[in-house]
Amino acid sequence: MLLSVENLHAQVADEPEKAILKGLNLNVKPGEVHAIMGPNGAGKSTLSSVLAGREDYEVTAGTVSLSGEDLLELSAEERARKGVFLAFQYPVEIPGVSNKLFMQTAVNAIRDEQGLPALDMFDFDTYAQSKIDLLKMPKNLLDRSVNVGFSGGEKKRNDIFQMALLEPKLCILDETDSGLDIDAMKVVANGVNSLRSSDRSFIVVTHYQRLLDYIKPDFVHVLFDGQIIQSGGFELVHELEEKGYDDLIQAHQQQQTQK
Amino acid sequence: MSETTQYQEINDLLSKNSGYKEGFFTQTVVDTFAKGLNEDVVRAISAKKNEPQWMLDFRLKAFAHWKTLEEPHWAKASYDPIDYQDYSYYSAPECNSCSSDCPTGNKGMSMEMDPEVAKAFSSLGVPVNGEGSAQKANIAVDAIFDSVSVSTTKREELEELGIIFCSFSEAVHDHPELVQQYLGTVVPYHDNYFAALNSAVASDGTFVYIPEGVRSPIDLSTYFRINEAKTGQFERTILIADKNSYVSYLEGCSAPVRDSYQLHAAVVEVIVHENAEVKYSTVQNWYPGDDNCEGGILNFVTKRGICEGAHAKLSWTQAETGSAITWKYPSCILKGDHSIGEFYSVALTNRRQQADTGTKMIHIGKNTRSTIISKGLSAGKSDNTYRGLVRILPSAEGARNFTQCDSMLIGDQCGAHTFPYIEVENASAKMEHEATTSRIGEDQLFYCQQRGISEQDAISMIVNGFCKDVFSELPLEFAQEAEELLAISLEGSVG
Repeated sequence: MLLSVENLHAQVADEPEKAILKGLNLNVKPGEVHAIMGPNGAGKSTLSSVLAGREDYEVTAGTVSLSGEDLLELSAEERARKGVFLAFQYPVEIPGVSNKLFMQTAVNAIRDEQGLPALDMFDFDTYAQSKIDLLKMPKNLLDRSVNVGFSGGEKKRNDIFQMALLEPKLCILDETDSGLDIDAMKVVANGVNSLRSSDRSFIVVTHYQRLLDYIKPDFVHVLFDGQIIQSGGFELVHELEEKGYDDLIQAHQQQQTQK
Repeated sequence: MSETTQYQEINDLLSKNSGYKEGFFTQTVVDTFAKGLNEDVVRAISAKKNEPQWMLDFRLKAFAHWKTLEEPHWAKASYDPIDYQDYSYYSAPECNSCSSDCPTGNKGMSMEMDPEVAKAFSSLGVPVNGEGSAQKANIAVDAIFDSVSVSTTKREELEELGIIFCSFSEAVHDHPELVQQYLGTVVPYHDNYFAALNSAVASDGTFVYIPEGVRSPIDLSTYFRINEAKTGQFERTILIADKNSYVSYLEGCSAPVRDSYQLHAAVVEVIVHENAEVKYSTVQNWYPGDDNCEGGILNFVTKRGICEGAHAKLSWTQAETGSAITWKYPSCILKGDHSIGEFYSVALTNRRQQADTGTKMIHIGKNTRSTIISKGLSAGKSDNTYRGLVRILPSAEGARNFTQCDSMLIGDQCGAHTFPYIEVENASAKMEHEATTSRIGEDQLFYCQQRGISEQDAISMIVNGFCKDVFSELPLEFAQEAEELLAISLEGSVG
């Protein structure tokens, strides 16, 4: 098992009344692609943030392990170095810092963790160009400041490029498709598809099915009120498309009241 | 040097250093005046330096005028009125070889430097013996310890080119005609309160003259150090670049940790003649005080240059990280046609530091140009203010100015303020003004950390990225030093 989430409870830090995840379970094997869908406010972004180690959230119960190691004990950068990658819903701008410096630093931090020697400027350049070619990214991507002056689509594309460079084990895409037009969405989907491999897993968080049509996940989960209330294969995406979440939610709520 | 290695070095430094590393105190036998300020003190300073009558007259005139002025408090910095009687206005390491009858004051001293003073400078990385590290070998240094210049290196090498690089006191004796010609021409003694005070009690400083057609092959540099408690440092620096000459001048500053405010009121005058170019860079790291900025340096400085001739160029670059209060506006008077003025500034405040800094660009000549790039970083509970004036006089046909003021807030208890004044009296002028305010957010840090980058690396990357436009104007070693200072000053300011 690559990722194993058991009975995860989380809240906004210092706000116990704001419990968001309420007993979430999820298992991801190497090479699998899982989609997490659900209505607004279900806890989708919270799940991404908690897995990536954002300090705004506090885990109150449950366990998360990555390849058997307790993930919750690790800081955000340690998790990243162990192969957890988060593609952001809103990638952040860092003026004056080139993508090149930023990514060279990140790649070398991860190589250091793996006991590999750091890449110097020239080696990094060669390495980065290979990824640019793989993803058909614009040639000048490395020279620009991190996300500054990028359109929404370019920022997401840059995140996918970073993902390719860091070669993570677990990629979490947090509503990467929000606000993207069809072309940009295809670029993101192509990126994911070309990075798919037997030792890399994906968790794709979204509330539209469209991205999933391009990515074709192995498993689809419906998240509602902090729990996964339904899981299935790719066919679940189209069921949801036809019927919406309402039936599932009502069934779930009935179950809850019966308990 | 690649960017990556640069900030790897910062990290090495970060792991070694915390706090203000220049905060040591040197134990020397000193000759210090009793506290207090009156006409007799002014006369005594002059006598101590064996000054000619004209210099004493200049001091007395300034002192008389100073007494009529009131301490200004318009800056965005609050401080109690300063008790000028509570400071000593002269302090020097005692000169054993030549007592009070020493003919030219400190000249003998540079040969017989107090070993403790030499040690102090060497631990600051200042090569006072002309040796220093290989990296700094190409710099001539004037080292100023409290009120006197203790050493000026590489002087002979420069003399061959006709370059005069000596302490201000020496210049008064050895080059009186030049000093008289330029002293007070750019910053008159009546210019402002602190300039008047400086003119009256000027301790020492640096004098630089670059003759016509000479490009100084090495960077000239002054290192100021305040050592004695409750002393003021009032250095007076004059830099003259004659026609078609070039010089890059650097200054660095530090002071020991004290529990009482130390006063620093310097005056710098720069005169740039036709076709000449001066780059004036400062890394200011005066002691900022304790966590509440009690006891830090009060830094009230008047720096101004004039582009006297056509096509003259003056660049001010400063990295201001120290002092409890900074009050400083390096300015350019663009008198010659086609002359160029530049101001590049990074001002960092942390804890309760208050910085009110900026520039004045006075356009007089035709087709004069000025560029202002100001980066203010505020952290902790500090206040950081940019105050600038761009003035286009009716004669300045075709003048242009570009101003960019960016502020970055680190944390949620600091302040950033911008007061840009623009006065245009010629309709052909073109003015551009850009300003941004941003915040090092948790978001930026998390973004970096999620990519595997440590918090310290992330902060130095973000901050250095923000300051990049300015650091690229500093000479290499200084740029590195400035980056290191930023990293140290910011340590622990986030999260």
